Amino acid sequence: MSNHAETEHHIVSPKLYVVIFLSLLCLTGLTVAASYVEMYSFNVVVALGIAIVKAMLVVLFFMHVKYSSKLTKLTVFSGLFTFMVLIFMTLADYISRAWGRW
Amino acid sequence: MSDTIVVLPDQATARLPKTNYLNKENGLLSWLLTGDHKRIAILYLISITFFFFIGGALASLIRLELLTPQSDLMATDTYNKVFSMHGIIMIFFFLVPSVPATIGNFFIPMMLGAKDLALPKINLLSWYLYMAAGTLAIYSMIVGGVDTGWTFTTPLSTHYVNTHVITTGLAVFIAGFSSIFTGLNFIVTIHKMRAPGMTWFRMPLFVWSHYAASILMVLGTPVLAIALVLIVLERTIGIGVFDPTKGGDPLLFQHLFWFYSHPAVYIMILPGMGVISEVISTFSRKRVFGYTAVAFSSVAIAVFGFFVWAHHMFIMGISNYAVLVFSLLTMLVAVPSAIKIFNWAFTLYKGSVTFETPMLYAFGFMGLFTIGGLTGVFLGTAGTDIHLTETYFIVAHFHFVMVGGMLMAFLSGIHFYWPKMTGRMYPEKISQLAAVVTFIGFNFTFFPQFILGTLGMPRRYASYPPEFQVLNVFSTAGASILGVGYLLPVLYLTWSLKYGAIAGNNPWQATGLEWQTQSPPLTENFTEIPIVDHEAYDYEWLERQKEKEVASA
Repeated sequence: MSNHAETEHHIVSPKLYVVIFLSLLCLTGLTVAASYVEMYSFNVVVALGIAIVKAMLVVLFFMHVKYSSKLTKLTVFSGLFTFMVLIFMTLADYISRAWGRW
Repeated sequence: MSDTIVVLPDQATARLPKTNYLNKENGLLSWLLTGDHKRIAILYLISITFFFFIGGALASLIRLELLTPQSDLMATDTYNKVFSMHGIIMIFFFLVPSVPATIGNFFIPMMLGAKDLALPKINLLSWYLYMAAGTLAIYSMIVGGVDTGWTFTTPLSTHYVNTHVITTGLAVFIAGFSSIFTGLNFIVTIHKMRAPGMTWFRMPLFVWSHYAASILMVLGTPVLAIALVLIVLERTIGIGVFDPTKGGDPLLFQHLFWFYSHPAVYIMILPGMGVISEVISTFSRKRVFGYTAVAFSSVAIAVFGFFVWAHHMFIMGISNYAVLVFSLLTMLVAVPSAIKIFNWAFTLYKGSVTFETPMLYAFGFMGLFTIGGLTGVFLGTAGTDIHLTETYFIVAHFHFVMVGGMLMAFLSGIHFYWPKMTGRMYPEKISQLAAVVTFIGFNFTFFPQFILGTLGMPRRYASYPPEFQVLNVFSTAGASILGVGYLLPVLYLTWSLKYGAIAGNNPWQATGLEWQTQSPPLTENFTEIPIVDHEAYDYEWLERQKEKEVASA
């Protein structure tokens, strides 16, 4: 039985929403622009990096996680953590698959 | 200390309460549109029993085919379909929802002192999704079935078979959402709906193990859903994620699939372990030894469960270094599982142990799960795995864990909670017989398969060399005994609905909040919100309660 302040909704100003929306648009433009620059295998890294920043903006501001309780933050983080486990442990296989075979 | 003998004080005078959740409302619609967690649990119980017997019928077909070395009962293609559908139905439509959606649904709110789950409509939706998925699975079976095995292994499932992979894949996809909703509901309920005084470390271990299993359901199932959608997209529009000619990798599917399906093993077994904690404590009249360790071992199993999946892929061409790491990590899971088994054993030590049916099933669980778990260590060791994988050893191993472990726990729980769910006792003698028959039949069926596996009999073939026949005949004979063991409870439990003795509030003299109310419970569970002022499994508190009742009567 917890009746903390978490039931109160934090009110986010429209101005902030507009700023976030515009920065998302800018980052999309940046992704497109970056794809025209030849960076070899780093093209993927840059594109994914920008995508991560965009996702964080959406989760933190549009989904209100920034203003939510610690429990909500933990829930979001646990999903992220599990996803990281999936990606890194799978990559550990892919990266080392050819070791000792060349 | 508490009494050394279990007395059933209120059974002789007990009456069925006039209003309860079963008779509050009548008619089919009152069931189909209910938000009551207890009614949804009953709906689930009926549905999963139905699917269990379909899966069981398929299992008997497999065992009948393997009675003789030749493939004579059915064509080899049909055999492939039969074992695939057996696996799919038993895992996704019986084992995953078995304890959580029935016993968990019914008792988690009651154990926490809540009126219902946090999200009753989502709970009902989860049952409807389950039924939709089940109908789709049955449909795909009727129109021709699927022959990929329950693992939907690529490239077989994407490039080489012409069976109903898409329909079955979608059925499992939908069933996944039903499981996510159940898990989500439990997590929210456990966080938000605990009665005053019900702190985290006063919760029954049943709730702890369901909490751990719910985390796995919520975090793991989406990955399975993605993997299955990719299979469907690969088959329909050929996106090429799993196709090497288009830059994909068939092993990627295995990574995604086992990332869910290994934790799924713990989704299946953890709720069963919760049941065993309750049963062992109640029938040895002792607090579970090392309560905190058992509670945290559930969470540890859930966390470690996400780091071991590639042990299903040792011989499939993954990196040797990944094999090394995953093999090591696999050994870690043995630790929390062993903590549980040892703590249950210590709970029994110097307890006043009695041998009612739920306890007999619980003993069956402890023995069979230990064998299943330890053979898992053989398989987790990379060296022995190369010899044993894809043989009958692996079939025996996971049947010891799933059938010997989980099904025993499920039956233990059903018998234990039957008086609370229906208000009537099951017949004790015949159910003890059923528990023993199940145990004997189980060992006859699956122990020979360990030997067959070490001798090198591969799984998933309709025929085998004639020298393996004796052990296969043993196994099939055992399966028929096992079948009797499973049929008996259905018969006498149905009989007991009308003719069973009236149970009374607390026939086992158990300590949980769920036992302090009438049986069957009210729709609202409690007449007033309970205030918890004692630890879990506090039998002295129960004694004091009884004295108080006598004084006030």
